[in-house]
Amino acid sequence: MNPTVARLTVHGLLGRRRGLLLLVVPALLLLLAVLVRATKGQDHDIAVQLLGGLALGTLVPLLGLISGTGAISSEIDDGSIVYLLAKPEPRWRITVTKLAVAVGCTAVFAALPTLLAGLVLYGTADGLAVAYALGALAAGTAYSALFLLLGTLTRHAVVAGLMYCLVWESLVGNFVHGARTLSVQQWGLALARAAADPGAVTADVPLSAAVPLLVLVTLAATAAAAVRLAGLTLAGEE
Amino acid sequence: MATISIDGVSRWFGNVVAVNDVSLTVGPGITGLLGPNGAGKSTLIHMMSGFLPPSAGSVTLDGQPVWRNREVYRQIGLVPEREAMYDFLTGRQFVVANAELHGLPDPGAAAARALATVEMEHAQDRRTGTYSKGMRQRVKMASALVHDPAVLLLDEPFNGMDPRQRLHLMELLRRFGAEGRTVLFSSHILEEVEQLARHIEVVVAGRHAASGDFRRIRRLMTDRPHRYLVRSSDDRALAAALIADASTAGVEVDLQEGALRVQAVDFHRFTRLLPRVAAEAGIRLYTVSPADESLESVFSYLVSA
Repeated sequence: MNPTVARLTVHGLLGRRRGLLLLVVPALLLLLAVLVRATKGQDHDIAVQLLGGLALGTLVPLLGLISGTGAISSEIDDGSIVYLLAKPEPRWRITVTKLAVAVGCTAVFAALPTLLAGLVLYGTADGLAVAYALGALAAGTAYSALFLLLGTLTRHAVVAGLMYCLVWESLVGNFVHGARTLSVQQWGLALARAAADPGAVTADVPLSAAVPLLVLVTLAATAAAAVRLAGLTLAGEE
Repeated sequence: MATISIDGVSRWFGNVVAVNDVSLTVGPGITGLLGPNGAGKSTLIHMMSGFLPPSAGSVTLDGQPVWRNREVYRQIGLVPEREAMYDFLTGRQFVVANAELHGLPDPGAAAARALATVEMEHAQDRRTGTYSKGMRQRVKMASALVHDPAVLLLDEPFNGMDPRQRLHLMELLRRFGAEGRTVLFSSHILEEVEQLARHIEVVVAGRHAASGDFRRIRRLMTDRPHRYLVRSSDDRALAAALIADASTAGVEVDLQEGALRVQAVDFHRFTRLLPRVAAEAGIRLYTVSPADESLESVFSYLVSA
């Protein structure tokens, strides 16, 4: 970890208007949770639908996307990354620091709101809220690493990331059952199932596959991003 | 004392050759890298600063390869051409951050020293986003100087500066050169380079066109054959009178244009000859325009010289 890199990254991520944007989506989730609880009461099915579909299925990938790509791609785009890289600091350390910031951001703006929404919707019953928050945290970490890598690979990281979320995780995952094995969202869900009381959460991927895959994807994406950053070239402006 | 050696370096992007078999050495003192836009100056500087691997050849700093070698940044200060520099920070925060990233023992003091060197203390607590182009350039300089590097690489540092800022930066670079640092800056303006650098490296279309003392380069540039387009009241009579003098190598009557195309070999003598000859023969000159004064043609002459 490099505190200077962390400071600059946090500033870049939360500064300007992006910080507000990061608050809007979790605020919507919480608002919805309050409304549902007020009108429908404590309903297991609705809680699972909201936490699985909206929190884990939408909020977490979205925040992972914003913070993962936001932690690096704007600096690469405008060229200011030069000031970080033209230093004796090892580039893997810069990568890991940026990932830590992105993960922290996902934790605060996605996992924490998931926990709060779960508590509002279903209280502490079945360990549902904590389980989904745990799933959100793990999935958010993997998403952050994946999208950080994407940010170092392409200028169109946000679009590419959205395509992945929409096409692969939502579309293909819904129709082709086998594709779910390779879905970060499903891995998070598997973790939630294991953490909750038995039968409270259903998931398609066994925990024995989800955990190694989560770890593998996170580590591999981080390593690849570090390698990519170590060989980053500047294209001429001419 | 630090020396950058570029040895047989080429760099291509797909089918485009940006730098073509360039070999040169940059030692202590100020070196100007001169060339028209698109000549490959930035590509060379990117390779010297470790942000681009050469496709062929080697770029080394005191014998150490620059590419994928983060240790060289202890010696290199880089002033990039691009403007972006964390606009949300103040000038001081930006320079302090650079000092911290270098792992300096007292980043605050180092930053204060660098900001004093570029005379930016008066604006150091303003956000860099509010700076003028010249102020940005100076703070970028401060960030490159903060670790007291032996080598300073500047990519088009004078772009967009007003004359006063330009003078100030020149003075600063002269001081670094006099201190024995290796200073290299790129520019596409000859006057800028010769005011500052005794030693000039010229690149044109990716090739190393000329190298040496600025006087020699200047002479090469003014002594080249000049082409003029001349319109007068009697083109043929003027042509006859001009070709008689040793300062011209060729005169062509361009019937379509209705003008003379003159190739002069002795620039100074020709500029005195033309009005005199015309006056003596009672010919009126309507147009005298240089046909190849563009920087590109001056440079391309150098390539073949």
